[in-house]
Amino acid sequence: MKKEISFTLNGSEVTVTIDEHLCLIDILRGPLGQTGTNEGCREGECGACTVIVDGQAVNSCLYPAFEVEGKNVITIEGLQEPNNKLSVFQQAFVDHGAIQCGFCTPGMIMSAKALLDTNQNPTEDEIRDALLGNLCRCTGYVQIVEAVKQAAVQLKNKK
Amino acid sequence: MTNFHYIGKEASRPDGPDKAAGKAVYIQDLQRPGMLYGKIKFSDFPHARIKHIDTSKAERLTGVRAVITATNTPEIRLGFLRDNFALKKDKVRQYRDEIAAVAAIDPEIAEEAIELIKVEYEPLPGLFSPHEAMKEGAPLVHERDPQGNSRTDNLVPLQFHHESGDLEAGKRAAKHVVEGTFTTPMVQQCCMGTAGCIAEFDMNSNLTVWAKTQIPFLAQRDFNRALSDMGLAGKNARVIVPTLGGGFGSGLDTHCYEYIAILLAFRTGYPVKIVYTRAEEFANLSPRQSSTTKIIQGCDQNGKLTFRHVEVLQDNGAYTSWGATYPSVMMMPATSLYRISNVYFNAQLVYTNNTYCQAMRGYGNPEFTWALESNLDELAEEAGIDPFDFRMLNSNKPNETTPMGLKISTCGLKECLETVAQKLNWKKRYKKGKHRGKGLASLIHVGGGARIYRSDASGLILKLDDFGNVNVYHGGVEMGQGLHSVLTMAVAEALGVSSKRVLINPTDTGTCPWDVGTHASRGAFMACNAAILAANKLRDKIFGLAEVFYPQEVEKNLKKLKKKNPNYKPPDFDVIKAARRENFELQDGFIFIKDGPQESWLRLELARLLRAIHFRNQGQMFTTEVFYDPPNELPDFKKGFGNISATYAFGTQGAEVEVDTETGEVKILKMVAAHDVGKVLNPQALKGQMYGAIAQGIGYAFYEELLSKQGKILNPNFRDYKIPRVYEMNFPIELEFIESNDKFGPFGAKGVAEPGLVPTAPAIANAIYDAIGVRIHDLPITPDKVLAALKKLKQTKD
Ligand code: FES
Ligand code: FES
Repeated sequence: MKKEISFTLNGSEVTVTIDEHLCLIDILRGPLGQTGTNEGCREGECGACTVIVDGQAVNSCLYPAFEVEGKNVITIEGLQEPNNKLSVFQQAFVDHGAIQCGFCTPGMIMSAKALLDTNQNPTEDEIRDALLGNLCRCTGYVQIVEAVKQAAVQLKNKK
Repeated sequence: MTNFHYIGKEASRPDGPDKAAGKAVYIQDLQRPGMLYGKIKFSDFPHARIKHIDTSKAERLTGVRAVITATNTPEIRLGFLRDNFALKKDKVRQYRDEIAAVAAIDPEIAEEAIELIKVEYEPLPGLFSPHEAMKEGAPLVHERDPQGNSRTDNLVPLQFHHESGDLEAGKRAAKHVVEGTFTTPMVQQCCMGTAGCIAEFDMNSNLTVWAKTQIPFLAQRDFNRALSDMGLAGKNARVIVPTLGGGFGSGLDTHCYEYIAILLAFRTGYPVKIVYTRAEEFANLSPRQSSTTKIIQGCDQNGKLTFRHVEVLQDNGAYTSWGATYPSVMMMPATSLYRISNVYFNAQLVYTNNTYCQAMRGYGNPEFTWALESNLDELAEEAGIDPFDFRMLNSNKPNETTPMGLKISTCGLKECLETVAQKLNWKKRYKKGKHRGKGLASLIHVGGGARIYRSDASGLILKLDDFGNVNVYHGGVEMGQGLHSVLTMAVAEALGVSSKRVLINPTDTGTCPWDVGTHASRGAFMACNAAILAANKLRDKIFGLAEVFYPQEVEKNLKKLKKKNPNYKPPDFDVIKAARRENFELQDGFIFIKDGPQESWLRLELARLLRAIHFRNQGQMFTTEVFYDPPNELPDFKKGFGNISATYAFGTQGAEVEVDTETGEVKILKMVAAHDVGKVLNPQALKGQMYGAIAQGIGYAFYEELLSKQGKILNPNFRDYKIPRVYEMNFPIELEFIESNDKFGPFGAKGVAEPGLVPTAPAIANAIYDAIGVRIHDLPITPDKVLAALKKLKQTKD
C-alpha cells in the first residue's frame, strides 16, 4: 500500500510517497537521498541508523516510516552548520579521535546529541547509558566517551 | 634526536570531518546509473550433491534481469589453493555455498526471485570438526584437488613445520615441564559496514569493481584471471576502494560475491551491486579460524626455557583463503617469543563442511599466544618463579636472531614488561580469598611488513601542482585504522610542506602504484617509508632546479620590498653563491637557504618556485614515483625459516580482575598495555588503534564465538553474537608506548595495527588464575566455564 506522508526533516517540510511496510531509514537513504544515516544490521542491534524523532534517539531501521507523519526528524545531515562548518558534536568527535572507519559515527553523534539536548551536565555513566545501543568495532569507545564529554563542556560554554 | 614538525604530534584525521558529517561514501551509499541489485541463493545443506536447479520461476519474475548458475556461466575458480568456485556446479560443501544468483531492478525483487529458485539435493554425510574429518574413512570434502587428482584425505595440502636445536637435549635439560591444550573459537570480524561491491563493464569490456577490499592489486590480478576465464583475456579490471566500514582482515581475499557481481554485470550489461545484510555477513563471510593448540614447554632449575613443543590443529572449513596460512604467523611466536633454542612446531589444517575461514586481525597470533602465554604462567608456577620475573629472565633482546631466523633489530620487550609491572603494582598481590588477581602476557608480531607473497612492496606517487599541493597516490587501504592520517604527516614531514597541502587520493588500481595489500600491520610502515623515499627524490629535484630559479624569484621579492620600503638595506649576502642544492631547506611549504639570513624575502613560497619552473619554455613539473620494498625475506614455511619482516613489534599487557565466584562473572578492574611501537607517529591515532584492538581482545576473551551446529551458523546477529559495547568497556585502560626507534622504521616506527589484541585474552586468563586458582583453557571465558572450573577445583581439593 502506498501512502503519502509529510514531516519535518532537518528543519524543512518534506512530503514523500512511501510503501507502508518501509522503515524510516529506507526513505531517508532512498527517496530523500540522506545516506549519512548508516545501516549496520537492520535489526535494532547496532545503532548505526540512529536519528532523532521529536527529541528521542531512535533506530530508524525499526521505526515505521508512516509514523513520522507530522513529526520532527533530525539526521546527521541536519547537524552541520552554514558555510560548511561542523557542529560542536561533530567537531568534538573529529578532535578527539573518536572516529576510525566512521560507520558508527553518525549514529553515535545522534545518540550523543539526543542526550545533551536534554541533559547539559551528563555524568560519565549517563553518557555510557546514552551510547549503550551504539556498537563500534574500531575505537573501543574510549575516545568517543571523551568526545561527548568535551561536546558537553563546549555546549555549556557556548550558552 | 631529530626535531619533527608533524611526526609525534596529535593530529586529527583528514577523513574525520566527512565521516562526522555523514558524507563518507561507503559501498552501501554508492550508486551507478542503471545499477541493478544482485542477490545470491546459498545452499540449504552443508554437504550435498546438486541434482537439479530450477530457475524458471525466478527468471519470469518482473524486474529480474538475469539469473545465473554454474551451468550457464563460465567456471571461475578462486581461493588460496584455487579449490573454490564462484558458483557451485555439482556439489555444495558448506551452507554458504553459492548456487545461483539474480540481478534485479531493486533489492526486494532480487530477494523474491531468490526464493523462487528451487534446488534438488542429494545430501551427503557432513564433517563438522577437524577431528572427525581426520578419521580414517571419513567422507571427503574435496574428492579431487584443483589439478584434478584424486584426494584420499581431508588434510589441507599446506605444510607449516619448524624444528630447531635439539629437542631431546632441551627436554633432558628441563627441570620443570608443563603441558596443556588450549582452544580458540571461530570469531567474526564484525565490521560495522557489511561487505559489498559494484561491478560495471564499459563497452570495451573493461571492468571496474568498487570493492570493500584490503588488497586492491591482488584483487585486480584475481579479477583479471576471472575475465580471462570468461573469455575476456586481455581486458582489465580496475579496482576502486570506497570508504571502508572496517576491514580487520575480511578484505584480504576476493570473495565469491564479487565474481558473481562481475558475472551478473557482464550478463546484463549494467552495473550490479551486491551488499551483504548483517545475517548474510555473519553466515556467509569467512570468520577467524578456530584452533586447538597442544603446547609443552620446559625450563631448567633457574627458569631458563629449554624447549617448546607445539602442535596446532585448525578447522579450515570447506575452502582455502589466504587465512589458510595462519600457521605461518603462529610459527613466529612459537619460535621467537622469549629466548628459546629447541623448538618443534607443526600445524595442520583440515577441510570440513563448516564455513571456510579467512584472515582476521592478528592472523593466528592471538590464537597461538593464548596457548603460549597461558602455558608459560603454568610453567612459571611449576618452577616456583614469579610470572613477571620468569618473563624478564627469558625476554628477547635487541640484535638477536631467533630459531626461525627472525632478525630482531630493536626490542623493547623488557621495558614493556617493566612498565606493565610497575603500572599494575605487580609485586603487591591480592590476598587469597579476595578473588582479585593480576596477570600479564606479551607478544611478538611483524612490525616491518610481512613477506608472504613474492613481493612485499608498496609504491607511491607524489605529484606537486602549481599551487603547492602535494597529491599522494598510494595503493594501501584506509579502512579506519588511520593510514591516511599518518601518511599525511609523513609526507608533510619528509617533504617539508604543511600537512594541509597534502591531499591523499582514493585508492584505485588505475591511478595508484602497486601495493601488496593492507595487512600484517604493514600499512603505515610501508606507506611512510615510501613517502620518505619519494619526498627525498622530490627535494633533490626541487633543490637542483632551485639553484637557477630561487635567486631569480627572491630577487623579485627584494625589488618589491625595496619599492615599498626604499630605506630597506638588505644584508650582505650573495644569494647566487649560496644557492647550491646542498644549502637549501624546505619547510612548511617555503624554500630558503639553511643558515642564511632570516629575511622574509629570502623565504620563497614553494608554489611560486614551482610555477616559475613550470611556466616557461621547456618548463618542468614535479611528479615522482617510488617503489619501497622492505628488507625482509619470503620464509620457507616447510622448514620454518626466514626473516619474514624487517622489524618486529613487541608488547605486554596486564590485567587486574575481580571474579564473582557465585556467578562466574569476571570484572576487569584495569588494563595496562605497553607496546614497543618504534616511534609514535600520531598519538591520537595510535591510542585509538590500541583501544580498539584491546576491545576486540576483550571480546575474544569473554564473549565472542561464532556458534555452528552441523555447519549452520546459529548466532548470525548482534543479539546472539556479542561484541563489546560501551558498557563492557567501562574500566580504565592505561597505554604506554616504548619508542625503540627502529632503523628500518619510517621515523623509527614499527607496525602496530594488530599487536593490541594479541596478548589481551591470556593476560586476563592469567589474572583469573591469580584471583581464584582456576585455569581456563578454552576461549571465550564465559561465566559457565569459570563456574565449572571452580567446581572441578573444589572437587580435586575435597
Ligand atoms: S541498523 Fe538500525 S540498529 Fe543496526
Ligand atoms: S569507527 Fe568503525 S565502527 Fe566505530
